[in-house]
Amino acid sequence: MAADTGRLAGPPAVRVTGLVRRFGPRTVIDDLDLEIAAGEFVALLGHSGSGKSTLLRALADLDYDAEGSGSLYAPSALSMVFQDSRLLPWLRVLDNVVLGMRGAIDRGRDALAEVGLAGRERAWPNQLSGGEQQRAALARSLVREPQLLLADEPFGALDALTRIRMQRLLRELCDRHCPAVLLVTHDVDEAVLLADRVVVLQHGRAGLDLPIDLPQPRSPRDVDFQRYREQLLAALGVTADGVV
Amino acid sequence: MSEAQLRAADLAVATARPQAPAAVIDANQPSSPAAAGPWPQAKRRRRLGPGKRIPYGRVLGPVLLLGLWSLASATGLLDPRIVSAPWSVIATAAQLSARGELQADLLISARRALIGLGFGVTAGTLLAVLAGLSRVGDAVVDGAMQVKRSIPALALIPLMILWLGIDEKMKIVTIAIFVLAPVYINTYAALTGIDSRYVELAEVVGLSRWQFLRRVVVPGALPGWFVGLRLSVTGSWLALIVVEQINATSGIGYMMFQAQQYGQTNVILVGLLVYGLFGFITDALVRLTERRALAWRRTLAG
Repeated sequence: MAADTGRLAGPPAVRVTGLVRRFGPRTVIDDLDLEIAAGEFVALLGHSGSGKSTLLRALADLDYDAEGSGSLYAPSALSMVFQDSRLLPWLRVLDNVVLGMRGAIDRGRDALAEVGLAGRERAWPNQLSGGEQQRAALARSLVREPQLLLADEPFGALDALTRIRMQRLLRELCDRHCPAVLLVTHDVDEAVLLADRVVVLQHGRAGLDLPIDLPQPRSPRDVDFQRYREQLLAALGVTADGVV
Repeated sequence: MSEAQLRAADLAVATARPQAPAAVIDANQPSSPAAAGPWPQAKRRRRLGPGKRIPYGRVLGPVLLLGLWSLASATGLLDPRIVSAPWSVIATAAQLSARGELQADLLISARRALIGLGFGVTAGTLLAVLAGLSRVGDAVVDGAMQVKRSIPALALIPLMILWLGIDEKMKIVTIAIFVLAPVYINTYAALTGIDSRYVELAEVVGLSRWQFLRRVVVPGALPGWFVGLRLSVTGSWLALIVVEQINATSGIGYMMFQAQQYGQTNVILVGLLVYGLFGFITDALVRLTERRALAWRRTLAG
């Protein structure tokens, strides 16, 4: 399994030990331990407010307003994909992709071609559809050749059909470029479909840490897929009969 | 095609619309433009938009005004001693320019307005950047600018005369101060209004401070800056009029002041016309550059 070989190969890409994050009186992350191997695809599930985004922002070094403790190691070569594409509306698509990079025009072109946006280099972001904008955002992340890709519900704002296509694209790109991935999602199916391992955050800790031992590409119709799905739903407090 | 035919075609398009979905369902294969059926060929307009762009529409209002003025003068509704007829104003303008007076005054006025505008806009922009991008700058500059804003710039003229005399320096400084506020306020608002999500992106992507300024701050604040610039451009002409009627010995305002002494309504009107034209032309120029610079914006007006 990709997950197993990944975990054996060299030092982890991410190591979080005893992480605590507080906003005022509310402790959002409470003594969390998490390791992600190089090239491993980890999905992070949890209820809203369970600290998913807080963990992501801590890893991206964006959590200024939180107090806390614990040690945190993440590679400096990290990219982030947000729920919105966050393309700068005043830069053309290609300029958005290579934003802040020097002499990377050709690589930017290649990255756009890789996400299926060849020929749209000179378009303005608001001339693209929602799915295309998110593709451009993916290209912007991958052209930087990150060792860690953080994705904060990147497909949450897309329609169902576009989401399926984008999920496939993300997995393909990750297989090709092999960054460690931490994907925050609220979609259990998405987590089982894409990830080598799913972590469920509960009360600020990793409540369940479940390796998904299925070959890619996976199908939601598969019996094993549904078994994983139910296990995760149970961990989230949802059963087939309803909420526990 | 005649007007009536055009209207009939429009009607046909309008009535054909409701049947269109059925035709689309029938056509399973990718349809060529010719096979698009009753679907309207012409570009449709946004229903809640302002409508089709009128060619040279901006000239329409002034031309209409001119027409009304001509009509009122021709029918004798307007006493020529109070408001001269348009043709006599044009004749006066021709006379003045034949003697070279008009051009000389015009050049001097334009020069004053332009230099004052240049200084004012530069200072306003710099102050806004200072206040918008640093806490210290904000604390020092913004409060002071709000105080300054509540003092009418033209009320400073007596002081300016005492400090700088009555020559060009005083005029240019007064125009610059007058023009400062609109640029400052709009640029400052645009800078502080830049979406914090873009700042977050800049941090994740690892932009340097300089790259952040060039790629995010400046283009993000540009729309606001242009609003300020347009207000300032017309403002500079406004300030010019006032400044030129105080102790001036040249310029359009001086020309009008002289005309007042001799009761020459037509010359005063020439002056007003020149100011109006200047304001209109400069505003149009700013608009044009704005359209070019902000091509990425697809707003309702676009």
